[in-house]
Amino acid sequence: MTIQRREFVAALGAAGIVSTAGCSSTDGGDGSASDGGGGNGTDGDDGASESVGVAGETLTLTTTTSTYDTGLLDEIHTGFEEMYGVTVDAVPQGTGAALETARNGDSDVVMVHARGLEDEFMRNGYGINRRDLMFNDFVIVGPESDPAGIRGSGSATEALTAIADAEATFVSRGDNSGTHTKELNLWEAAGTDPGGDWYQETGTGMGEALNIADQQGAYTLSDRGTFISQRSEVDLTILVQGPIEDGPEILANPYGVMAVNPGVHENANYDLAMAYIGWITSPSVQTAISEYQVNGEQLFFPEAVSEDPDFQQYVPEGWSSDSADE
Amino acid sequence: MSVSLAATPELALALFDLPFRDGYVRSIILVSLYVSVTAVALSTLVSLPVAVVIGFADFPGKGFVKSVVNTGMGFPSVVVGLVVLFAVSNQGPLGSLELIFTREAMIMSQFVLATPPITAISLAAVDGVDDGVRDAARALGGTRLDAALVVVKEARYGIATAVLAGFGRAISEVGSVLIVGGNITSADGISKTRTLTTAIQLEARQGQYETALVLGAVLVALVLAVNAVVVRFGDRGAQG
Repeated sequence: MTIQRREFVAALGAAGIVSTAGCSSTDGGDGSASDGGGGNGTDGDDGASESVGVAGETLTLTTTTSTYDTGLLDEIHTGFEEMYGVTVDAVPQGTGAALETARNGDSDVVMVHARGLEDEFMRNGYGINRRDLMFNDFVIVGPESDPAGIRGSGSATEALTAIADAEATFVSRGDNSGTHTKELNLWEAAGTDPGGDWYQETGTGMGEALNIADQQGAYTLSDRGTFISQRSEVDLTILVQGPIEDGPEILANPYGVMAVNPGVHENANYDLAMAYIGWITSPSVQTAISEYQVNGEQLFFPEAVSEDPDFQQYVPEGWSSDSADE
Repeated sequence: MSVSLAATPELALALFDLPFRDGYVRSIILVSLYVSVTAVALSTLVSLPVAVVIGFADFPGKGFVKSVVNTGMGFPSVVVGLVVLFAVSNQGPLGSLELIFTREAMIMSQFVLATPPITAISLAAVDGVDDGVRDAARALGGTRLDAALVVVKEARYGIATAVLAGFGRAISEVGSVLIVGGNITSADGISKTRTLTTAIQLEARQGQYETALVLGAVLVALVLAVNAVVVRFGDRGAQG
């Protein structure tokens, strides 16, 4: 508190000084703005330690809300930070925003779940060295009463068509996230163009969307992980299962991780990004991912370690060296 | 810095048994205070002289300048966040400084947000000081600076209100710090760029409305404490 008072006094005092500068006060103010920010930055920096080598560097990871909000990243990142003596700044943004941030060169590595957007990211040259990381699945959840009668449907597209036909309220994320992208793909596959009062784009995160659906007795598409972590707080139930519980394959939810191309963004911390990708796809961390539980349930299923080669994980889906102009 | 302030969340924690890790709430309070207090201090540095200069000067278009400043009070914080993002992004003009996702970037955006209200309200306070005060200071042989200091002293309550309004704007906004700060904590739950507001947003996104509300109560308590400190400071200034 004394600091605040001192700053206040300093502010008033300095204000008087700057005011002598008269008409150039705007320039003077800008100068002191950056100076003051730097000076205070040293005071407020409590955690950063300087060291040689890779130690002390920061890896910026932009990722989806589902990996972050389930607590998985906090659980496993400590191991990486200790191994390399670095800091991981995990920025939870949603798939679309996470890729956009990386496209602007503001992150070093991305972990997202929308293969179509990832492929575009790679084709445009921004992302390299993609690996399949893990998967879970999407589920269609709704009220126990199930007004559209989709319970136990073996087909996600038929279920969505039934919801549209019944004009039962459906909550859409509407935020260009991986889940939203999947939802739009599902509507397209169902041959239905959703619209009307019953279709509500909320522009919110998964947790909020589940709450909104809960309040309105509506259906929504959720990743299984977020739904499990919130199940105890909402009156919603899984009506159409994903492939983990033998539901349709179209509801699979694979996560990929890839480095930002240092050829495009030379400031990207490529070394550390590749160290991270190597670490998170290693057998021990993949095991840690499979052992991570919320409410007694496994949320993510590791996919990176395999005896068999899967070349498609490294390239845009369907890419082949034989095909011409890629 | 916040010995007495940190007692507030601990009280709340004791009451509600929140699912936060050790040091989490304390660290987001410290980041919130650090960012907002710094931003408001810098804003005050700029706003006060500007307000005094505009208040003293008579020039055509003065009303228009005031309108522009007043309009600045209505800047949507998300838009300010986007503008600062474009500036500090690695693709932007300040990209080489690597400010994206740092507290310094958050200070920049809150500086932009807090400066218009502090300037506008300070200007109104300076305008409200009787012209006789300034004239008397000059008549007694004071320089322009002396006159300015006298007017600032006369207007100190209004200026304190201006600073508090700026602080309220800064510490309560969520849009810009979320965009330029990234809402980052370390893996052990210590905030790097997470503030109370972005922590509330995170809880709300996950549907944890109760914990979001408790953090909201902490934020209100913090603003209340800062207001009390500034008001007390103002009273002291009146005595001294």
